[in-house]
Amino acid sequence: MADRSPAPDTPELRERWGSFEFSPAYKAKADTAIARYPEGRQRSAVMPLLDLAQRQVGEETNTQGWLPLPVIEYVADYLEMPVIRVLEVATFYFMYNLQPVGKYHVQVCGTTPCMLRGSDGLLETCKKRGMVKGHVSEDGLWTLTEVECLGNCATAPMVQINDDNYEDLTPERLDHVLDELAAGRQPKTGTQEPGRHTSEPVGGPTTLKEMVTENHDYRGEW
Amino acid sequence: MLADKDRIFTNLYGFQDWGLKAAQARGDWDDTKALIGRGQDAIIDEMKASGLRGRGGAGFPTGLKWSFMPKESKDGRPSFLVINADESEPGSCKDREIIRHDPHKLIEGALVAGFAMRARAAYIYIRGEYIREAETLQAAIDEAYDAGLIGKNASGSGYDFDVFLHRGAGAYICGEETAMIESLEGKKGQPRLKPPFPAGAGLYGCPTTVNNVESIAVVPTILRRGASWFAGFGRENNAGTKLFQISGHVEKPCVVEEAMSIPFRELIEKHCGGIRGGWDNLLAVIPGGSSVPLVPAEQIMDCPMDFDGLKELGSGLGTAAVIVMDKSTDIVRAISRISYFYKHESCGQCTPCREGTGWMWRVMERLRTGDAAIEEIDMLQQVTKQVEGHTICALGDAAAWPIQGLIRHFRPELERRIEEHNTKFAEAAE
Repeated sequence: MADRSPAPDTPELRERWGSFEFSPAYKAKADTAIARYPEGRQRSAVMPLLDLAQRQVGEETNTQGWLPLPVIEYVADYLEMPVIRVLEVATFYFMYNLQPVGKYHVQVCGTTPCMLRGSDGLLETCKKRGMVKGHVSEDGLWTLTEVECLGNCATAPMVQINDDNYEDLTPERLDHVLDELAAGRQPKTGTQEPGRHTSEPVGGPTTLKEMVTENHDYRGEW
Repeated sequence: MLADKDRIFTNLYGFQDWGLKAAQARGDWDDTKALIGRGQDAIIDEMKASGLRGRGGAGFPTGLKWSFMPKESKDGRPSFLVINADESEPGSCKDREIIRHDPHKLIEGALVAGFAMRARAAYIYIRGEYIREAETLQAAIDEAYDAGLIGKNASGSGYDFDVFLHRGAGAYICGEETAMIESLEGKKGQPRLKPPFPAGAGLYGCPTTVNNVESIAVVPTILRRGASWFAGFGRENNAGTKLFQISGHVEKPCVVEEAMSIPFRELIEKHCGGIRGGWDNLLAVIPGGSSVPLVPAEQIMDCPMDFDGLKELGSGLGTAAVIVMDKSTDIVRAISRISYFYKHESCGQCTPCREGTGWMWRVMERLRTGDAAIEEIDMLQQVTKQVEGHTICALGDAAAWPIQGLIRHFRPELERRIEEHNTKFAEAAE
């Protein structure tokens, strides 16, 4: 089990987050999410609402966002659920940050398929830049986490930073991505292998070659 | 090699647009009304005849699974289809390609499958980390609603059917069907005891079938081309085409659709540019995602990649996530890292798994450095047997099998490390 507990409930935390509520834009998204579930089953929306709350906290703090206790209580109140039921969801799922994180949450996949393709080097690159697992860097820019398989195994090794994946990485390519982000620019997302489109073999697909240049309809050949 | 015209996922690599117009030009949503018009029983019979076995890992016949759903609701409860897009098995990355490059195959499949099992709606549970993929899928669902393909009177068939997207938030265990249902209900993703099976009481206590993304996305094409077309690929009882995902030490890792039962060597030579450093450099392969035991090089080279072929080798096809390891691999570390994965992902509900996964990982880490006694190899084997089969869901089994595979095939390597470590220790003591 992942060992996770919420940030301490302090007067400062209450002071900062006690009056949290969804902005009109986030409230609209929250209500859309709730409407996906049958009448009387609103608590199904607890996961999307926690995600939205985390994102709004992120916007307010210029980070990826996290879930302070008062915000968790707000979500419970919004869905008319006992706080403990929301808290246990927030602590169970790994993507809810229970501690403050940096502007960029650098999530390096370290599971075997990425490990075989060199994720050790990526973690080393992050460490050389002063990142420490589970901590926010002094400039507030980075939080480093080693995560479990993110499902990009054919383009391993990979790193997810906030909402985007960077695949086919080498230490040099990761350094470049991090430099760009630090400079406030958005680097190319997806595979970093020159000439590769997505998960086809490097150098071009071995199958479905017509599809590279045109939206080919194969039905005529059935 | 499978001909391009027989590939189902023609936009697998996303060279072309995923949007509705482009998907329709490739053949999706082509007279879906007529597919539905065949009727529930005809669709299920066709799926049974196609021989499609679930693509999520367990390989249960899909048509048979659908037939377990009630034909009429005696108490007014609706039925649900839940589509498992929580692809989290290390090595697996096929559903991601379907979702972001061919989402309309999945949505059309959801409608047809949902109709066949008399479901009122489909919930697609996508793993939380697939953020951009979820955006694409939601946009595709919106397109389908706007075009009247799903929703009220879906595709003009007279059948009302909704498709909803639910994002997870980073828990491997939610790929287990009852954990997924719990999670959809807004709870921790801890698996339920079975029975009752989901087909009797699943989501919100209603009849539910949980199917993998690939199992659902292939349905419309199978119906259009006929069961015998699909059954024509692969060996008996292993029918169809399949998305293989090859990662690790091959020259060119990739995702590719191939006929079932393709020999391992052919798969690697045709699509992956061979093993890094040549075939003599191959050490072992994990053929179906991290849960299945590894297979040593000499056994897998000419093995047909299908359910039965890999079962004969004491392993499994799983999700067809092929993790290749060459001789540079620290094999004990590779498996130990998988043990860490299961320790991290255990939901904590059953004691043998919660305690056992951590225990097994810690011993694996000592075996990695050789800081152990020879007897501990047998003790570890025994503990895996005490975890396996003693938990509510299969995560305990999945944590045990990779270790059992390692001990079965690489025991001499484990012993060598222990002896080397002990010799060093003895020298230092002198």
